[in-house]
Amino acid sequence: MMKKQKKQLMLGDEAIAQGALDAGISGVYAYPGTPSTEITEYIQSSAEAAGRGVHREWSSNEKTAMESGLGMAYAGRRVLVCMKHVGLNVAADAFVNAAITGVQGGLVVVVADDPSMHSSQNEQDSRYYADFAGIPFLEPRSQQEAYDMMAHAFNLSEQSRLPVLMRITTRLAHSRADVARGEPRPENPLNPPSDHRQFTLLPANARRNYQALLDRQAELLSLSETSPFNTWQPGGEPSLGIIASGLAGNYLDEVSPGDHPVVYIRQYPVPVALVTALYESCDELLVIEEGAPFIENKLVGLLGEHKPVHGRRTGALPQTGELTPDLVRAAMQGKSVSPRAVLDLVHPRPPQLCKGCPHIDTYLFLNAALEEHPAARVFSDIGCYTLGALPPFESIHTCVDMGASITMAKGASDAGLRPALAVIGDSTFTHSGMTGLLDAVHENTPFTVLILDNDTTGMTGQQVSMATGRLEQICLGLGVAEEHLRIVVPLKKNHEANMAVLREEIGYAGVSVIISRRACVQIKRRV
Amino acid sequence: MKCDIVLAGVGGQGILSIAAVLGRAALEQGLHIKQAEVHGMAQRGGAVQSHFRMSAEAVASDVIPFGQADLILSMEPMEALRYLPWLKKEGWVVSNNQPVDNIAAYPDLTSVHAALQALPHHLLFDGVSVATEYGSSRALNMAMLGAASPFVPLAVEVVEQSIREQFAHKDGQVIQANLDVFRAARALALQNMPQTA
Repeated sequence: MMKKQKKQLMLGDEAIAQGALDAGISGVYAYPGTPSTEITEYIQSSAEAAGRGVHREWSSNEKTAMESGLGMAYAGRRVLVCMKHVGLNVAADAFVNAAITGVQGGLVVVVADDPSMHSSQNEQDSRYYADFAGIPFLEPRSQQEAYDMMAHAFNLSEQSRLPVLMRITTRLAHSRADVARGEPRPENPLNPPSDHRQFTLLPANARRNYQALLDRQAELLSLSETSPFNTWQPGGEPSLGIIASGLAGNYLDEVSPGDHPVVYIRQYPVPVALVTALYESCDELLVIEEGAPFIENKLVGLLGEHKPVHGRRTGALPQTGELTPDLVRAAMQGKSVSPRAVLDLVHPRPPQLCKGCPHIDTYLFLNAALEEHPAARVFSDIGCYTLGALPPFESIHTCVDMGASITMAKGASDAGLRPALAVIGDSTFTHSGMTGLLDAVHENTPFTVLILDNDTTGMTGQQVSMATGRLEQICLGLGVAEEHLRIVVPLKKNHEANMAVLREEIGYAGVSVIISRRACVQIKRRV
Repeated sequence: MKCDIVLAGVGGQGILSIAAVLGRAALEQGLHIKQAEVHGMAQRGGAVQSHFRMSAEAVASDVIPFGQADLILSMEPMEALRYLPWLKKEGWVVSNNQPVDNIAAYPDLTSVHAALQALPHHLLFDGVSVATEYGSSRALNMAMLGAASPFVPLAVEVVEQSIREQFAHKDGQVIQANLDVFRAARALALQNMPQTA
């Protein structure tokens, strides 16, 4: 019998990290992104991982992380790759093609979705990506299950010889619970493939591999039908059958334990036989899932609409936002509870830049310099500095995706908008801003880029920034002219001088980069 | 035993440390725990909350349903009011009385206090003064935990041990200051506890 160790309190993210270490990973690759960041941070601070020499440095972005992960899996080792949901957009090229190459060692990709957009710009559901790529995917419902499922995920990856995606959401990532660890498994030895066609996706090889992936779908379905993570709980009132996926099962158990027959789904593809059996035994179905109506849409496609199927698609549950026990209760009982009201005197309290934050001084000189340019537009990016969109600054006019500040400013400048400015953080710049700057250098686009260099990846909790110590060399290497690469220190006492620098560079009809450099005030607090 | 607590405050006021202290103590007493918290951008001076649930039985949901919290423990008076939908009819609100006025339109403080005092079970506590007198203003969270501790069904010596472990990486003085603040606040709360329970 496996000896259970003493329980520990762990975030869902930490349970995943420990589960991956105990499943024998040789490395983790990731770029910080809420709510996935703590997975990698846990492995970085683990003495065990240090002792074993597990790779645990940050990557420049999610694509480089995914590709490095695929390389480690190519070499036959087990590897974990983590990101937030929009990070998977960045990594999508490598991710989708990794399903075509398959893997040698286990590759598990953990993607943390953010329904309700607590710290994100959309609430895309990563299950669609895994379905699109044709790989197995998992959706744990608790911290303990996230831990236990890691061993299962790596076994599944090596058994199917495919990457496996584990989808979690903010609520699981950032909630703690008591978790018991199991027995650790040793790492895989180095074992690269001898068939060089597998990872060489020339059309002839790719066609063969893609057919093999399609042929494997029936096996993936059968693994799903028999998975210990897809369960039928009979009993209760059979007029209504319920399908609950992942975390949604917890809300169901909270408000209505045992009242109706339930199929709990945590492994995909959707176990068709299991849900068909439930459908046939009930008068109608309610599908409770976090995110988009993924299962619900599949079900209607598979079974037709001979019986009512309710869920997010039909409005039985809201189409957007995170589920709660109260929403699930309302969907089941057709009425919502009326809690105590929040009094009118309670005002919203949005986040704001910290006292002493260097971005404050940057926005103050930016606003002052732009007073004489009412037509100016400031394209910005993802980071703490996005708070510059709010009062009292209202300095920036866009925030779309990592790196889009520079490329959108370029496009607007190409269209004739002057002056066009970009505001981007140092870590976001090395994530996805550099290539856009190269585009601009190639054409000597008239625009001004402000790189807010605070020596860190600030918003996600002060992780190391790839830009630190090499930002000037990167810009010069990309071809920015030395006389238009300016460095300023955002402090109150430099306000006038900084304004003058910005004024000069706005006046230059070509590529200018101003590095506004002062360390994040949180770095000191963290030590 | 089952106890649901909403921890509330402004980013930087230390509610995650309170959650960590409670969590470790509950684990020590063999309870099941689920505790949802807020990370990321909201921690920068915005409204933050954590749902803390402990029970002798397994806990299903990571978040507390409306009307089910036994206690709201808040570092800031307006923030306490934000979470009233979660409070049980007979639940307690223990709140620090001093505001964090970092928004353009902070409401009239007298009205905020009055709204809290209108609740059947409330303790409006001067956590800042207790923290400053017995340790440091940075220990406001331990003052508020001390003030709320009579309403938390955990053995006080287990909570104190958990506080020691929470600050174990700091020097002995910091540990002692946090313990002193916790104890002083607890004693004051017990003295002044309204007899409505």
